Amino acid sequence: MMNVPQNWRLNQQRYRLVGEICEHCGKRIFPPRDVCPECEAPAKTPLQFSGRGEVYSYSTVYNSPRGFEEFAPYTVALVRLEEGPMVAAQLTDVDADQVRIGMPVEMVTRRVQSNGEEGAIVYGYKFRPVVRPAAP
Amino acid sequence: MRDVAIIGVGQTKVGEHWDVGLRHLALEALQAAMADAHVTRADALYVGNMLSGELTGQEHLGALVADFAGLRGIEAVKIEAACSSGAAALRMGYIAVAGGMADIIFVVGVEKMTDTLGPDATTALAMAADADYEAAQGISFVALNALLMQRYMYEYGYRRQDFAPFAINAHRNASHNPYAMFDFSVTTERFAQAPMICDPVSLLDSSPICDGAAAVVLAPADVACTLSSTPVRIAASAIGTDALALHDRRDPLVLDGARLSTQRAYEQAHVTPQDIDLFELHDAFSIMAALSLEAAGFAERGEGVRLALEGEIALDGRVPIATMGGLKARGHPVGATGIYQIVEVVQQLRGLAGENQVVNAYRGMAQNIGGSGATVVTHILERME
Repeated sequence: MMNVPQNWRLNQQRYRLVGEICEHCGKRIFPPRDVCPECEAPAKTPLQFSGRGEVYSYSTVYNSPRGFEEFAPYTVALVRLEEGPMVAAQLTDVDADQVRIGMPVEMVTRRVQSNGEEGAIVYGYKFRPVVRPAAP
Repeated sequence: MRDVAIIGVGQTKVGEHWDVGLRHLALEALQAAMADAHVTRADALYVGNMLSGELTGQEHLGALVADFAGLRGIEAVKIEAACSSGAAALRMGYIAVAGGMADIIFVVGVEKMTDTLGPDATTALAMAADADYEAAQGISFVALNALLMQRYMYEYGYRRQDFAPFAINAHRNASHNPYAMFDFSVTTERFAQAPMICDPVSLLDSSPICDGAAAVVLAPADVACTLSSTPVRIAASAIGTDALALHDRRDPLVLDGARLSTQRAYEQAHVTPQDIDLFELHDAFSIMAALSLEAAGFAERGEGVRLALEGEIALDGRVPIATMGGLKARGHPVGATGIYQIVEVVQQLRGLAGENQVVNAYRGMAQNIGGSGATVVTHILERME
């Protein structure tokens, strides 16, 4: 159950996929951790990720944790971002049986969690199949 | 550093104990272990538990269990490391005795999961994962394992039913263990028809939500023989860690924490995988069993499932696993599991495993995994001649 300050702290990540780049070895880091997991150098330079990537693995959740009931069943995935790191997220705008490993996806902002009448509605990233521009 | 031995073990039946609370579960296991070891006092008590606060509104288990076990005043704390809390508590007890800070130590692992509804347990278990970047996306604990299994099948070309031998083996062994939760057998057909929880993970790939407690008594090895007729030496005790979140791992299909943990354990015990007579691994999901076999050096990458398909995980196979039912069929009361594994290895080394006895079992390994692989606790136990 996400509380308000916890969610607010993460808004740069949730809404814009802001991670970091290691000035020492060039590794691109998401989520931010201020220390490069590759070379252990300090890595505090912000980097906004493109939001494009491909599905590394996926599954469908039928029995959801609290706060996610309205979405169930929903498809979750590990997405390999084009800059390198992996991110865990829900897929949206796609039928579960159409998802494939390797499928190109892009980030969109969606309602992720709701916590009853009184609780905060949490928005954040989900990923959808890359929408191809219509042929001219 | 001193050698450490286990001089007593105890366990409750794993199941849905509507009529027994958390403290009495712990007490029952602890008293059984104390009776087995013929001791009534210890220098300290370590309680392994993950979810007591979240699921029963009770924290502060060290003092609570000590008090109700008639040990009021003793040094006592709770140890938490997600699903590896039990073995982590044993590791703390081991350090205390090995380092000479204590002589007799009680360790009890306990979990009470059935006081709340299923969705509450699902939500609580997700706390083993990354709250900001996994649980916050609605990714349940089962889903993390499903993501691993899906990718594993994709990379190595397995079908879902290839995982059936893990459940079949676990349930066959559990049917002869009076402390196990399940006593029904699983067939290939039954496995194929099991309801899907989180595609491709079905009900029969998954360990159950349940209650249970298990306990051990530790003593310095040099006095263990005077205290017990069947002491078991702890030849290795090791913890390895990895990134908490699956997406932060070097390669999600390689359990680096397990690799490090077993490597350290093998070095301490001066053994290789070939020297292990049985392996109580962390089969919370069948994919975890496969990945553990690979990380511990019993199978090459991608070959863990093949090992099971070839029958090598059976009691008479190359590496018997889940010999008393494993997490799958004995049950997985999370914070207690690591101690159940130890109790079962001790039963095997004492030659008291009944129908499930591994012939000439001299050395057994137990591995308890926290989360999707972030904390991995490995112990190697040896019979003392």
